Amino acid sequence: MPNMSLVKNEMPVQAPDVRNKNFSEVALGYTEEQAIDEAKRCLNCKNKPCVTGCPVQIDIPAFIAKVAEGDFEEAYKIITKSSSLPAVCGRVCPQETQCESKCVRGKKGEPVAIGRLERYVADRHNALAETAVEKPVPNGHKVAVIGSGPSGLACAGDLAKKGYDVTVFEALHLAGGVLSYGIPEFRLPKTIVQKEIEGLKALGVTIETNTVVGKTVSIDELMKYEGFESVFIGSGAGLPRFMKIPGENLNGVYSANEFLTRINLMKAYKPDSATPINAGTKAVIVGGGNVAMDAARCAKRLGADVTIVYRRTENELPARAEEVEHAKEEGINFRFLTNPTEITATEKGWVKGVICQQMELSEPDASGRAKPVPVKDAYFEIEADCVIMSIGTSPNPLIKSTTDGLDTQKWGGIIADENGLTSREGVYAGGDAVTGAATVILAMGAGKKAAAAIDEYIQNK
Amino acid sequence: MFEILEKKSLNPTVTLMKINAPRVAKKAEPGQFIILRTDSEGERIPLTIADYDRSAGTVTIIFQIVGGTTEKLNHMNEGDCLHDFVGPLGRATETEGLKKVAVVGGGVGCAIAYPVAKKLHELGVEVHSIVGFRNKDLVILENEFRNASSKFVLMSDDGTAGEKGLVTDALKKLIDSGEKYDRVITIGPLIMMKFVCRLTKEYEIPTVASMNPIMIDGTGMCGGCRLTVGGETKFACVDGPEFDGHLIDFDEAMARGASYREFERKAHEDACNLFKEVK
Ligand SMILES: Cc1cc2nc3c(=O)[nH]c(=O)nc-3n(C[C@H](O)[C@H](O)[C@H](O)COP(=O)(O)OP(=O)(O)OC[C@H]3O[C@@H](n4cnc5c(N)ncnc54)[C@H](O)[C@@H]3O)c2cc1C
Ligand SMILES: Cc1cc2nc3c(=O)[nH]c(=O)nc-3n(C[C@H](O)[C@H](O)[C@H](O)COP(=O)(O)OP(=O)(O)OC[C@H]3O[C@@H](n4cnc5c(N)ncnc54)[C@H](O)[C@@H]3O)c2cc1C
Ligand code: SF4
Ligand code: FES
Repeated sequence: MPNMSLVKNEMPVQAPDVRNKNFSEVALGYTEEQAIDEAKRCLNCKNKPCVTGCPVQIDIPAFIAKVAEGDFEEAYKIITKSSSLPAVCGRVCPQETQCESKCVRGKKGEPVAIGRLERYVADRHNALAETAVEKPVPNGHKVAVIGSGPSGLACAGDLAKKGYDVTVFEALHLAGGVLSYGIPEFRLPKTIVQKEIEGLKALGVTIETNTVVGKTVSIDELMKYEGFESVFIGSGAGLPRFMKIPGENLNGVYSANEFLTRINLMKAYKPDSATPINAGTKAVIVGGGNVAMDAARCAKRLGADVTIVYRRTENELPARAEEVEHAKEEGINFRFLTNPTEITATEKGWVKGVICQQMELSEPDASGRAKPVPVKDAYFEIEADCVIMSIGTSPNPLIKSTTDGLDTQKWGGIIADENGLTSREGVYAGGDAVTGAATVILAMGAGKKAAAAIDEYIQNK
Repeated sequence: MFEILEKKSLNPTVTLMKINAPRVAKKAEPGQFIILRTDSEGERIPLTIADYDRSAGTVTIIFQIVGGTTEKLNHMNEGDCLHDFVGPLGRATETEGLKKVAVVGGGVGCAIAYPVAKKLHELGVEVHSIVGFRNKDLVILENEFRNASSKFVLMSDDGTAGEKGLVTDALKKLIDSGEKYDRVITIGPLIMMKFVCRLTKEYEIPTVASMNPIMIDGTGMCGGCRLTVGGETKFACVDGPEFDGHLIDFDEAMARGASYREFERKAHEDACNLFKEVK
């Protein structure tokens, strides 16, 4: 008998006025009772609408049925047939626009809490004592993976399971990509990311950190001199954009990437960190995506009074609804229809404030999206001693400029077909490097697809 | 991994280390740099590649002890390993078409200037090196510079080494005496580079300045190293570190360099105290 409650089991969380002062995880996870109770809300629909909303087609009703039976390991096995990073995706996927948006229970009341159940299953598995993994039988072929974000990790994992000798080359000193340097500890504990990486190493994957492909070694050199038969590029979209307004290079102005990297990768939030950070007393965050929410919530935790300025309205905020909700609860201010035009300075060259122009929304254009347009002569200044620019990123041109014959879009995205094949034979790409800034699950899916294509390519060579 | 194979003190505050880093050594060119961390909790700091040996797989760095991380680095010894060492980063010095160049270095900037002078010399370019230090105790790489230059001028603020005066005085004298340079390359404190560039602008001599802003990743990912060149924002780690000296906004660069002064002062004191306790 299904549980016909109209609402999800609530996720236990740290209280807002407690958590906005620490970096520990906000959401605490279901108990076993809550998980089973929630799983019983699933109707096990024959046509599985939720699965059509999942970018990697996890067999959602099948794993939920196992949760309802209390067979959590079996549930885990079902998820990992399609996903390499369940503990990560259960936490950061925008389920509200994917699987859960298609769930029939959502027609009347709330959808099944698919993401929370995924997280529960993955955490429960990760808490089990390590069982020694069996190393796959080597097949004698070498593949290089560039970048250790979700796309690279997924590609490396699938290939290693097939017996390939995989080396992941990572520019930074730590693997994980955005999962390590971008998404904060309070949303995605770094121990989870490291656990995934340890899992890959146990499968025999070599991870070479401190290697900037294009500088330390090129793709052509890897293929010509080091015996790699195929290469997967999962280098992400890490190049920060700035607004090109006066005052943007003042002291106290950060790109969100720099701010978050100092905090997450370099642990600058810890009192004994060797890397400094300056969130000021009044921080203004420019932008409205997940990255802006993360920067804002970090600045809040470092003690600043935080305001997010966004040039459209709340309805257009691209960030996940849950993140916006969490940010508001934590006491972060929002100023909508507000567009910075200049950052003003103190005599010493530090930020003093942000001059903004009032905006209004135009009639929706052909694409249905209303454009923000400036209101004439309506300017005002917001006081600030820290400004964080979070207006997007694009792919780094380094790999394109050092790889002969690798075609990219005008904006820098690597051109690849649906299996990830680029304009170069044997060279595949996926994730943000191809699509521009997107999501963890899409990057992971692209890595898995490319792994299958690389396997086929090498086996048929 | 990145073992310190050799350590040599060049003066009380400047140390040379030879590091085992085969991949970096294979690709290194003068003008490029590396980023290192001493330990798993360390800060990432950029240092110029002072020299390299492709066949031995080694890279030489020369650093001045100015703060917490360089202090820690200086306490490491031969046989110890650096936790991280990544490079070569940035663009190499452009040497094409040059016939006669003045290399103007100041303080520890000379460690960055030396490999450039050496490379130019090896390419058959006529190199005039003008190097300045506060006093004779701080002089580094004097012989190395002499061997790589057809003219060598040593300056000090107090006159205890070479001539008394600033590098700009020496450069002006050489230019006025009729030396015609295709390019001036300057590396040192921002204030020195600013005045070198101001001087060469008057004489319309193309000038390159090597910038050393605060960096984190060194791959173009954070934008922390940005500076304004000719009215445009550039990232020193990927677009530089060398830029047209006549277009750089030095005042902005100086302000940005001071972003974390208070934190750095404290970190240095802590590091010094730590090592005192250990002793
Ligand atoms: C702050 C922030 C919050 C986010 N929140 C969410 C969220 O809640 N949910 C969600 O689904 N998505 C979120 N995203 C987006 C998501 O993280 C990305 O879409 C995803 O990580 C892309 O994966 P990737 O493998 O393509 O690249 P990345 O994760 O960007 O990893 C690329 C890796 O390649 C390395 N690299 C780059 N160039 C080189 C080179 N030349 N040589 C060697 N290594 C190189 C980089 O250092 C990096 O480690 C967020 C992103 C950010 C920045
Ligand atoms: C491309 C480049 C090449 C360099 N080459 C050399 C070199 O060959 N030899 C040498 O002695 N120094 C060099 N430097 C400067 C060197 O990186 C700094 O002296 C070092 O980071 C100081 O660290 P600290 O913790 O000891 O000192 P801190 O107390 O942290 O700082 C002291 C000074 O170093 C600057 N600094 C601090 N952190 C950084 C950082 N992450 N990146 C850049 N500057 C920083 C500060 O602005 C301050 O002026 C170079 C810098 C750059 C950007
Ligand atoms: S759509 Fe909802 S109720 Fe139906 S199977 Fe999927 S999760 Fe269960
Ligand atoms: S150091 Fe981060 S972009 Fe240059």
